[in-house]
Amino acid sequence: MHLDKVGSLNKGDLDMSENAIEVEDLTVAYQEKPVLWDIDLTVPEGVLMAIVGPNGAGKTTLIKAILNLVKTAAGQIKIYGKTSSDQKRLVGYVPQRGSVDWDFPTSVKDVVMMGRYGALGWIRRPGKEEQKMALSALDKVGMLQYAERQISQLSGGQQQRVFLARALVQDAQVYLMDEPFQGVDATTERAIVSLLQELRKSGKTVVVVHHDLQTVPEYFDWTALLNVRLIASGPVQEVFTEENLRLTYGGRVSFLKHNGENGVSNIGQRTG
Amino acid sequence: MGFEQFEIQLIASVVAAACAIPGVFLVLRSMAMMSDAISHAILLGIVLAFFVIPDISSPLLIIGAALSGVLTVSLVELLNKTRLVKEDASIGLVFPVLFSIGVILIARYAWNVHLDVHAVLLGELAFAPFDRLIIFGNDIGPKSLYVMGTILIINLFFISLFYKEIKIATFDAGLAAALGFSPGLIHYGLMSLVSVTAVGAFDAVGSILVVALMIAPPAAAYLLTDNLTKMILISVVLGVISSISGFWLAIFLDANIAGAMATMAGVLFVLVFLFAPDRGIIAIARRRSHQRWEFAGKMLAIHLLNHEGTQDEERESQIQHLEENLRWKESFARRVVHYSANNGFLLVNDDRLVLTTRGREYAKESIVDN
Amino acid sequence: MDLGALFYDLFFDYTLRTVALGSAVLGIVSGALGAYAVLRKQSLLGDAMSHAALPGIAIAFLLTGSKASLVLILGAAIAGWIGTLFIMSIVRLTRIKFDSALGLVLSVFFGFGLVLLTIIQKMPNANQAGLDKFLFGQAAALLERDVITMSILGSIAIITMMVFWKEFKLLSFDPDFGATLGFPMRLLDILLTTLIVLAIVLGLQTVGVVLMSAMIVAPAAAARQWTDRLGTMVFLSSIFGALAGIVGALLSSSIQRLPTGPTIVLCISAIVIVSLFFAPRRGLVWNWIRVRRNRGRLHIEAILEDLYSLASAHDNPEHAHSIAVLRLMSSGKGGVDKSLKTLEEQGYVRSVNSDQWALTKAGVEQAQNLMKIREGNN
Ligand SMILES: Nc1ncnc2c1ncn2[C@@H]1O[C@H](COP(=O)(O)OP(=O)(O)O)[C@@H](O)[C@H]1O
Ligand SMILES: [Mg+2]
Repeated sequence: MHLDKVGSLNKGDLDMSENAIEVEDLTVAYQEKPVLWDIDLTVPEGVLMAIVGPNGAGKTTLIKAILNLVKTAAGQIKIYGKTSSDQKRLVGYVPQRGSVDWDFPTSVKDVVMMGRYGALGWIRRPGKEEQKMALSALDKVGMLQYAERQISQLSGGQQQRVFLARALVQDAQVYLMDEPFQGVDATTERAIVSLLQELRKSGKTVVVVHHDLQTVPEYFDWTALLNVRLIASGPVQEVFTEENLRLTYGGRVSFLKHNGENGVSNIGQRTG
Repeated sequence: MGFEQFEIQLIASVVAAACAIPGVFLVLRSMAMMSDAISHAILLGIVLAFFVIPDISSPLLIIGAALSGVLTVSLVELLNKTRLVKEDASIGLVFPVLFSIGVILIARYAWNVHLDVHAVLLGELAFAPFDRLIIFGNDIGPKSLYVMGTILIINLFFISLFYKEIKIATFDAGLAAALGFSPGLIHYGLMSLVSVTAVGAFDAVGSILVVALMIAPPAAAYLLTDNLTKMILISVVLGVISSISGFWLAIFLDANIAGAMATMAGVLFVLVFLFAPDRGIIAIARRRSHQRWEFAGKMLAIHLLNHEGTQDEERESQIQHLEENLRWKESFARRVVHYSANNGFLLVNDDRLVLTTRGREYAKESIVDN
Repeated sequence: MDLGALFYDLFFDYTLRTVALGSAVLGIVSGALGAYAVLRKQSLLGDAMSHAALPGIAIAFLLTGSKASLVLILGAAIAGWIGTLFIMSIVRLTRIKFDSALGLVLSVFFGFGLVLLTIIQKMPNANQAGLDKFLFGQAAALLERDVITMSILGSIAIITMMVFWKEFKLLSFDPDFGATLGFPMRLLDILLTTLIVLAIVLGLQTVGVVLMSAMIVAPAAAARQWTDRLGTMVFLSSIFGALAGIVGALLSSSIQRLPTGPTIVLCISAIVIVSLFFAPRRGLVWNWIRVRRNRGRLHIEAILEDLYSLASAHDNPEHAHSIAVLRLMSSGKGGVDKSLKTLEEQGYVRSVNSDQWALTKAGVEQAQNLMKIREGNN
């Protein structure tokens, strides 16, 4: 495997204060087994970024490290120039759908209101204001009529949209989403994508773990290719090349048909 | 040492060995709590069977009571199938009911008979030698020795006969099904063994301490070996040691024997937990601290490699910078640099770190390893 | 005993009143906090905690010589916590699985507790008697000061739970998300676990270590069947726990040789069984009815569609067909006559003669609608 970084954006090119996320020399290990090696990643403000990489590449771990959910062996992470524990209010999180028990006795609206708990602080209960925000977020993701439903009665795509609504009410600057398209039908996927693009237009930064290589150039303007270490990151047109994908997916890119300059137009299969 | 004392230890050892064998599979198959459920639930079976056959070591009573253990397993599975409660809750719902009915029946109707509520929890190992097996007028030893001996032999027989099948079903249920052994059948076979063993051991150690003998020795053995046969052997040995040392502890403290056996099983487990050569926590701590240096060295090499030839190489390769960027304390960073330099991975040039060829190779290898 | 006398005694008989109050407190606290244990899939951890408490009770007595409930409860709680810590560290540090760690700690702590109890029983001390009521519980032995202790500790537990309601909900549903919001989830976890331990040890004197776990699991499992909201579930769980506690404790104190713990467990289990079968929407009976009704409806729809597809082979969609053909098409499942009768009542089919049936205009429309819906679903 090569070690050259292709198309990586140099830190010096950007004014530090414009970066939503800066990851420097991040190494994460589970029981001394490294999962992320020395990651340097800069995410400028206002991009819609896809993190792609094979299964087990450490995509979830990277997101969790940025959120300060896993212990890091080395390195530092900054959100708008400060450590992420100082910037909790700025970050919204959409975890993987399978990470919770959907049989939990609670309603859709209740789950969405959890997004306000951070702003509420200790002990204070959500009230009218929070309900209103939850309902309007549910409206945005097209789930308003399900507000009072018990969460176990939702389909996979609906569960995903509930999580999205919960992140929306956080009213964050930076959103981190782990596979928000998993188990979602095509129509819902479009709806979610346009929502994400709207977020970006309003100046938010959105980082999404994504599995479908084919749609990367269409949905995203920024991307990071990850496989234990960072292969490349930057604007999609520059970074999302066949060469980089080969580096990311190892031998498993035989299905990548080279066609045209950067080879991204014809990637014909889903991965992962 | 009196002959009775010898007999008690012999019975206790046979009980421990008989419990350890199915226990190994309970531990490996993550079904330890099923033995808790079974050992509680068989009380009801024992009481009901006792009303019909008032002889606690009769084989008919044992089989009848063991059926209630298997019934418990199917009840739990039935409850799981409704998906109205989670799996752990269904275990926690089923066995208290059966156990409670058993205790109430004993308290109300079998009062002052052979069974009493205390014996349910404590067993009566101390009295075991008094119940003799007499054949043609000859006293050939304590009855419970023969009962447990038979159960031990049944366990050994079952395990060795279906060794391969159980092994595959334990480690790869999918493969077992594909090869044509029914995992369900093996599951119920094992549960029947657990039930029969629990009923047989009930008289000696009561219904809760059976769990200690079934789980503690195999759990300890699991930290000592990766080999299934060895794990069974070690479990049996640890079980026997627990029971004999427990006996002497009980004599010394003038306390209940079964409780002392469980205590010793726990003590042995803690010893293994601390001192096991590979998986003990002392070994783990030692390995971790070694790995920490090795890991830090790797990290440093990869860090330097990643920044070789980039614009910020100058900055990234300074010792001071390690502190800032890798979040290493200065003393730690110096020790890692020292360690790496000693291993010939890098050279120190006026506080600037330069990878050697060997260091570069090392870094690349480390990345590919993953 | 007639009911009137029981109620009279409940209010005026000191022992009965104490027993009823004590078991109500125990039921409320274990029911409420048990809901969290069950939702966090820690049902069996409760079993381990309660067994592990036994040596704590014995050691507390050995150290202080006191049988005051506060002392014993404290001892039990500390031992329960130590047992829990053991389980957590075994699971974290070794490859031994959670359930094995549970079984190990449960049985070994309990065995050690029994050793201590037998030692205490043989001590030349008049005060030692009665500790073994902690095995199966003895409601009749509750004293007023025990109930006062239980009430104070129980109120603390319940109030804490209500104060941190939203935080505990977050902890139980999605702890990672909670951490990203800035809540110290580890600390909240410790707090909630402590409350659960407290709920368990409060009941030990009444229900006993052997069966206390049922009072954690069963009320919550029953309550879950009746509601889909956490608040309602916790409330119902407390009510169920209190109900079973009071009824069981009163029965066992008024009937000779009826151990309290098992009696309470049978009461709460009866509530569980009723809930599993009859709770609206989730209950087994309701489910069964729903499945039957669906099956009937599907059968009727199938016949309608069969008639339609038969008819569409002809120019006239209202062409009549013989019942024998319909029987054949429903592949011998039977009930064709009954379904046709239902359809006739609904005005979708009419009988042309005794065994010839045809679709009406409404029937044709209905069949087309059904087929459209089915296509939409695919
Ligand atoms: N809690 C954990 N303990 C040990 N290993 C883990 C843990 N979580 C993830 N891993 C391992 O870390 C690697 C990366 O996992 P993850 O970040 O989930 O990958 P991805 O999201 O890209 O599929 C995988 O090899 C996985 O097995
Ligand atoms: Mg992932």
